[in-house]
Amino acid sequence: MARADDLIEQRCAISGIGQSDVGRRLGRDPLELTLDACLAAVDDAGLTVAEIDGLSTYPGAMSPVRGFSGAGAYEVIDALRLNVDWYDSGLETSGQLGSVMKACLAVGAGMATHVLCFRSVWEGSAQGSGGRAGLAGGAGSIGAPVYATGPSQWTLPYGSASAANWIALYAQAHMHRYGTTPEQLAQVALNGRRNAARNPKAIYREPMSLDDYFASRMISTPLRLFDCDVPCDGATAVVVSRRERAADLRHPPVAVAAMGAALHDRPSWDQLSDLTRLVGADAARQMWSRTDLTPADVDVAELYDGFSILTLLWLEALGLCPVGESGRLVDGGGRIALDGELPLNTHGGQLSAGRLHGYGFLHEAVLQLRADGGDRQVPGSPSVAAVAAGGGNTCGCMLLTTGG
Amino acid sequence: MSDDRPRRMLPELTERSRFFWEAGRQGRLLVLRCQRCGYYLHPPGPLCPVDHSKDLAPEAVSGRGRVASFTVDHHRWLPAPEPPYVIALVELAEQEALRLTTNLVGCPPGEVRIGMEVEVTFDHQPDPEGQGDVWLPMFRPLQDDRGDHGEG
Repeated sequence: MARADDLIEQRCAISGIGQSDVGRRLGRDPLELTLDACLAAVDDAGLTVAEIDGLSTYPGAMSPVRGFSGAGAYEVIDALRLNVDWYDSGLETSGQLGSVMKACLAVGAGMATHVLCFRSVWEGSAQGSGGRAGLAGGAGSIGAPVYATGPSQWTLPYGSASAANWIALYAQAHMHRYGTTPEQLAQVALNGRRNAARNPKAIYREPMSLDDYFASRMISTPLRLFDCDVPCDGATAVVVSRRERAADLRHPPVAVAAMGAALHDRPSWDQLSDLTRLVGADAARQMWSRTDLTPADVDVAELYDGFSILTLLWLEALGLCPVGESGRLVDGGGRIALDGELPLNTHGGQLSAGRLHGYGFLHEAVLQLRADGGDRQVPGSPSVAAVAAGGGNTCGCMLLTTGG
Repeated sequence: MSDDRPRRMLPELTERSRFFWEAGRQGRLLVLRCQRCGYYLHPPGPLCPVDHSKDLAPEAVSGRGRVASFTVDHHRWLPAPEPPYVIALVELAEQEALRLTTNLVGCPPGEVRIGMEVEVTFDHQPDPEGQGDVWLPMFRPLQDDRGDHGEG
């Protein structure tokens, strides 16, 4: 199908990227980390702060779990004294990339020219040394009852307290229906660790063997500790610019070829129509309908791995393999390695490079398309990158290309 | 239950959800149902999503279903329940994809299987604090075999 050339996202490019220090527990002011990332992205684009006329972030200054949001939109607008023609933040959007897609809509619609987008986390420091918390935080008590309110009333009384539990249910169902094996699931973690060894900013860089993986403690079957991403402190920012205004900036712009935001299922973790199908499949179908490119054109894939199974589900959702075949695609790890047919999560993913929550994948995709991947650069000058973020009921995806 | 044992978090009883959590007192599992088109609605809401009728009422269901998926939790997120415990998604026999997040009991965790037929049982949680006792619907392997296995 020939595409109209007036799709809004095709008027946009990613002109700059930036990232703060990233660490397991930096113990630093999360707003400072956020501003480090924002200033780095503006500088990387070759812009001045005064030229930024829009701002977008996920999830904004709301924090269901301590550390989930390092800074809100207003804090950053004020700290940088931005004069914005458009701004937005919020949790209820198409995954973490929803904030970037909204920036594209604003730029494409002419509401702004250079929109600064950021995602900032300080879950590492916030959780301290007490181990990872479920959504109830430290709730529960001796003696007196503690009440679960709102949607959590349906899960917390049963000890279903974490996304690890909810997503384990998808993994179990996938294994049951398609014969996906624990060894195949492990390949997502092993691939991430291999690539993280080449990423100086990754949290975990020491080699991981299949034996190491199976020695990691079980969290919620079939998910082990090494199937869960690692909470960290850090911020990532990108600048979305109007394409013709990005052409003369510091780096060759990375074009936004298409994006997908659809949600055609219940926005629920346990009432989905099909437990083995990511709602991202709807977003992916929308994305592919907006471009002449096809899954066969993807040179590098940066697919959310908040839990390892989500990467497998994204591979299927995006049509990068047939439904049910993701386990076989990653089997042995060769096809998804840096020199394989579909290099995957080339910075280490959130499993090894840290839970930068969606934006880490976007940052990495831009680096790869610029051929700035350093020791982890995918050979052969990749020109099409698929980026996907989210899981459960919140998913979004973008297709980026060189030649903006 | 002695007062110094770690307690499960309990659902806050609201006008919309109280019927569900209290129905176990009579040993019944109630699910909100559209009185016009027959659609079962869970979690309960103000409107049937199929025909937008507001004529909804809790109705007893068979209490039977199948394990749509499960996970054995080994990590302590909360003071209770004590790991390891089985979290299951049980699809009720009455309607496709009508699921409850629940615990599977009366079965060693290693023997739980997707597709296993189960029936409801209730875990009575006294609440001396005032909002009222609740009966958490849980499921166990189907025990009485009268030939009705719900949907195949």
